[in-house]
Amino acid sequence: MARVASLSLLLCGLLSAPLLMAEPTQVKDPISGFDYLSAPNQKLQRDEFANPGYFRVDSGKTLFNDASQGNACGDCHDAATMKDVTLKYPRHDAEADRLVNLSQQINECRVERQNREALEPESEEMLSLTAYLGNLSRGRTIDVTVTEETRPFFEQGREFYYRRRGQLNLSCAHCHEQSAGKRLRGEVISEGHSNGYPAYRHIWEALGSLHRMFQWCNEAVRAQPFDKGSEEYINLEYYLKWRGNGLTVETPAVRR
Amino acid sequence: MDRLKPRVKIPESAKPDEVMEIRTMISHPMETGYRRNTRGEIIPRHIIDRFTCEYAGQMVFEAKLGPGIAANPYLSFYVKAVSTGPMTLTWHDDRGESQQVVKQVNVEL
Repeated sequence: MARVASLSLLLCGLLSAPLLMAEPTQVKDPISGFDYLSAPNQKLQRDEFANPGYFRVDSGKTLFNDASQGNACGDCHDAATMKDVTLKYPRHDAEADRLVNLSQQINECRVERQNREALEPESEEMLSLTAYLGNLSRGRTIDVTVTEETRPFFEQGREFYYRRRGQLNLSCAHCHEQSAGKRLRGEVISEGHSNGYPAYRHIWEALGSLHRMFQWCNEAVRAQPFDKGSEEYINLEYYLKWRGNGLTVETPAVRR
Repeated sequence: MDRLKPRVKIPESAKPDEVMEIRTMISHPMETGYRRNTRGEIIPRHIIDRFTCEYAGQMVFEAKLGPGIAANPYLSFYVKAVSTGPMTLTWHDDRGESQQVVKQVNVEL
């Protein structure tokens, strides 16, 4: 029995080895969620006045330059030089050997350099700051290169993406890769790219973070969601960003 | 955190008698009072029910809003530029609270 087991293990190992070794396939000509929107919603996203996401962009700008509790973000960082910042996150933190996303970087800055309290991932302040910084990158092209250091996290993110989960037993890929463009009831399934986040979603009537969307998606397949800012979600965020290489940043996007 | 500032767009300057487009949007839940939460309790109504715009000493635009208006009400309207001075935009909600934005209108003679 033990021999059979070890044999099957070996077989499994042999069979799965080429799959793991193979270079993941990039989505060719990724389609942004924008292209799945109806014409009025596309117009709303483009309109820098009527797009409700700009409420947060405005308040983010105010917060960025808010020196009422000591030094402001803007005292160290010149916003004019930060247009690529959101493109660089999640980045690899060599000291802790993990990925750090923009929200965590903001909190690191707040705690270590501003003597302020860390913000909750979905707090109004955090959404405002990430929306403001994301908006600075609006129109810039996403181009993530996986390095030796980030490779393990990338692989974990990819593994998450292809893993079945929840009572509906679906992976991200089942909908957003295999079925993109097909209908799910009244909706067309998008490719599920992250280039518009934080985004204003009509069903939330608010701006929400990418991790809120992950939780929403997980709950939609009746899976237990992870925490916002969890390692699982940050690795997935990194994988998704790579998957959307070639798309432009649309923050704050309008989504259904 | 402070309430989000209403967004208002008014032309920076206008010629006399020029018709200006005023665009406004305020962040507000516009809770209808008809919805129930997961425990079956009615979520209390909370809507903006009145909007006013005063300019050149008179009310130039007023709107009454009902529960059928979606969250973050967007209003745009046209006002004829007559004199340089402040334009006061006020949103009143059904809890007696209001938010006000004052913008300067510059009319070039």
